[in-house]
Amino acid sequence: MYRNLLKLRYAYQPQTSQLTPIKMTVREAINLAMDEELANDPNVFLIGEEVGQFQGAYKVSKGLFQKYGGDRIIDTPITEAGFTGISVGAALYGLKPIVEFMTWNFAMQAIDHIINSAAKAHYMSAGDQKASIVFRGINGATAYVAAQHSQCFASWYSNVPGLIVLAPYDCDDAKSLLKAAVRNPNPVVFLENEILYSESFELSAEARDPNYIAPIGKAKIMRKGEHVTIVAFSKMVEYSLRAAEQLFREGISCEVINLRSLRPLDRDTIIESVKKTGRVVCVEEGWPQSGIGAEIAALIMEGGAFKYLDAPIQRVTGVEIPTPYAFNLEAITFPKTEQIVDAVLNVLKGAR
Amino acid sequence: MKHFMRFSKISKAFKEVPSQYVYQINPIKNFEPIKQFRVIDLEGNLIAKEYNNIPKETLNQIFDLMISIEEMDNILYMSQRQGKISFYMTSFGETATTVGTTAALQPQDFIFPQYREQGSFMWRGFTIEQIVNQCIGNHLDGGKGRQMPVHYGSKDLNIVTVSSPLTTQVPQASGAGYGFRVNGENKIAATWFGEGAASEGDFHSAMNFAQTLKCQTLFLCRNNHYAISTPTDDQFRGDTIAGKAPAYGMRTLKIDGNDLLAVYNGVKYAREEIIKNKEPFFIEFITYRIGDHSTSDHSVLYRSQEEIDSWKSGNNPINRLGLFLKKQGLRQFNDEHDNQIRKDVRNRVIAALKNGSEQQSPSIQDLFTDVYDEVLPHLQDQYTQLREHLTKYKDQYPINKFKGGL
Repeated sequence: MYRNLLKLRYAYQPQTSQLTPIKMTVREAINLAMDEELANDPNVFLIGEEVGQFQGAYKVSKGLFQKYGGDRIIDTPITEAGFTGISVGAALYGLKPIVEFMTWNFAMQAIDHIINSAAKAHYMSAGDQKASIVFRGINGATAYVAAQHSQCFASWYSNVPGLIVLAPYDCDDAKSLLKAAVRNPNPVVFLENEILYSESFELSAEARDPNYIAPIGKAKIMRKGEHVTIVAFSKMVEYSLRAAEQLFREGISCEVINLRSLRPLDRDTIIESVKKTGRVVCVEEGWPQSGIGAEIAALIMEGGAFKYLDAPIQRVTGVEIPTPYAFNLEAITFPKTEQIVDAVLNVLKGAR
Repeated sequence: MKHFMRFSKISKAFKEVPSQYVYQINPIKNFEPIKQFRVIDLEGNLIAKEYNNIPKETLNQIFDLMISIEEMDNILYMSQRQGKISFYMTSFGETATTVGTTAALQPQDFIFPQYREQGSFMWRGFTIEQIVNQCIGNHLDGGKGRQMPVHYGSKDLNIVTVSSPLTTQVPQASGAGYGFRVNGENKIAATWFGEGAASEGDFHSAMNFAQTLKCQTLFLCRNNHYAISTPTDDQFRGDTIAGKAPAYGMRTLKIDGNDLLAVYNGVKYAREEIIKNKEPFFIEFITYRIGDHSTSDHSVLYRSQEEIDSWKSGNNPINRLGLFLKKQGLRQFNDEHDNQIRKDVRNRVIAALKNGSEQQSPSIQDLFTDVYDEVLPHLQDQYTQLREHLTKYKDQYPINKFKGGL
C-alpha cells in the first residue's frame, strides 16, 4: 500500500558493461549525486550556510559553486528558519531545492517549515501543492561535539506522514538514494553521518550510472545469515557487520539488514528475515524510548511474524542522556561492536 | 484577579492629525549611517578628552588581561593542532570589546555570552585552569565534562553557560531583563552576539520584546566582519546591525570596538541609562576577527593576508590601548615587564594543559546525573546494565581513567 503512494521511478537502463566499480568516500558520492542532479535538471539548486564559496561546512559541496555559480549554489545568512521557509516556498512554486543544514540539530530552528509547510502541504491542499524538496545534513553522533550537535532525529522525522526519511550507509546508498530523493516529488529528509563522510567504499558499476536511482522503501541485506537478524541503519550498519564477522568465528550466523529507508520502512524484508531466524536485535544511535527499535518491535508483533519469534526482541540504543562531551564518557554513550555482540548472545540464550 | 478585561491606556479611536500626511510618493531609503563613537585614535592619541576618566589601575588591569588572553588563545589554538584539545575559538582582535564591557558592568549584572567572550569570563575571575579543564573535559571541569570546548558558564560569576545554537541567548536576556525590572533590581542582562547571529529570527523577537515590554537588557553586537566565511555584504543590508535598533524604538550606540576607552565609556553610559529609564539599550561594536572562526576554519581560504594585516597592524585594540597608556604616562611598567606577563601566562597555560590531561575523566555515575533533578528508575536500570557490561569487558575499556573507577 505504501508503494502505491510513492511514485517509484526506475529511469535505469542497464549499461554496466562500460562502467567499473570505483572506490570513493561517502562525501564524494554525495557530491557526485548532487553534481549529476544539478546537471540533469535546471530547477535543482543547493541552498544553505557555507555551501557555496566555502565549499561546504564539511566540504560536501566542493567544486559545485565553481561549476554552477551563485544562482544555483546559494550561500545564505544565518537563519535556518529563514532559508528553510524560503526553500519550501520555492518548492511549492515548482523549483527543486536541496536544503543543507550544517547539522540536523540546527534544523530544529526550522522544523515548523519542514513539518507544517512541507510535509503536510500535499494533503492539506488536496494535491494542489507539491513540496518537492530534499532536506539533508549530518545526523547523530559526530565525535566530541556534545549534546547540541549529537542528537539522532531518525525517530522524530520518521513519525511524520507526508515525509520520506532516508538514512544511507555506504557510497551506493548515499549516491543512489540522494538522486532518488531529488527526483521524488515528495519532501525527503536525508540523514547523513559525519563520520561516514570520510569512509571509503566501492561505488558499484550500477550506482555509477548517472541514470540509476535506488528504490525508496527497500532495505538492503548486507549479509545473509541463519541464526539472528540484526536491523540497523547509517553508522550502526558498520558496527553490526563487524559484530556479525566476530560472531561468525564463534559459529553464529547473523543476517544484517541495512534499513536505508526509515519512512517508509521495508516491513516485508524485516518480517521475511524474522521468519527465517526467529531472533532480532535492533541497533540505533538514538535514545530507546519511541525510537526506531520500538517501531520495529511493534511491526514484528503486528506483521504476522510474532509466532516465529523464539526470543523477545533486543534493542541496542544510545544511553538515554543528552550526549556528554568528555571523551571517555562519550565513548560509552553510543553503541559499538561489543554491545551488539552482547545483544546477539543475549537473544540466543537458551538456544544452545 | 480583580480585573477580567484591561482596556489599553492608549485609545485607538480615529483622530485626524493633518501633519502625519504627505501628498507625494517619496519612499525612505539610505538613512544617514550611524557614526562610531571614538575616544582615542589609531595611534593612541586622546581625542575626546572628557572621556579620559577611567581609573589608572583599571586601565592597567585591562591591558594586562588583554595581552594575557592573546597568549592563552595562541597556546590553546596550537594545542588543538597538536591534538591536546579537540576544538577552540580564539578572540584575537576583539578583547577590547569583551574586557572593556565587562569592566564597565557591575558584578551582579547577568551576562549571556555567544562563544567568543573569554574576556568577559576572565575579567570576572574565571581562571586559565578552569578554561583548560573545560576544554579537556576532565573531572575538574565545572561543567562535569558535558560540553564542547569554550562552552563555559559560571553561576558564581553571573555568566550564563554558552550554548551552541546561535542567538538563542538573546531572547533569554530579554526575559531576564524583564524579570529584573519587574522586581525592581539594580541589575541588567547583557547579551553578546555576532553580526551573523543577528540574522536569526530570535534576534527580532528579542529586540521587539525588550523595547515593548521594557526590559533591563543591554544588547551587545560584536560586528567582526565575518561569520565563518560569510562576509557582512552577504549577511545583511542597511546600516549594519545598529541601523536596525532604532526601528524597534530602542536607544542605540555604534562604537569603535577596538577603542577600549570608547567601549568602557559607552557601556557605562548605557548601563546607567537602562537602570534610570528601565528600558533596553543597543550597542554595536565595530571590530575585526583577526583569527580564524575556530580551529575548524582556515580563513586565508576566503580572505587575503593583506586584509588581515591591515587590521592587525593598522587598527589593533591592544596596540592602541598600549600607545595611549604610554603617551599619557599611565603604564607603570616597561616592555620587558609586559613580555614577562606574556611568558608567565604561556607557562601557566602549558602547565594547566599538562596537569589537565593527566586528570581523570568525570565519573561513570555522572553519565546519568542531572538529566533530571534526580536519577529516575529507568536511568538507574541503564546504569546497572552499563556497569555489568563494563565489568564483563573491563579489559576493553580504560576503567582507571574514570574518576571513581567502576
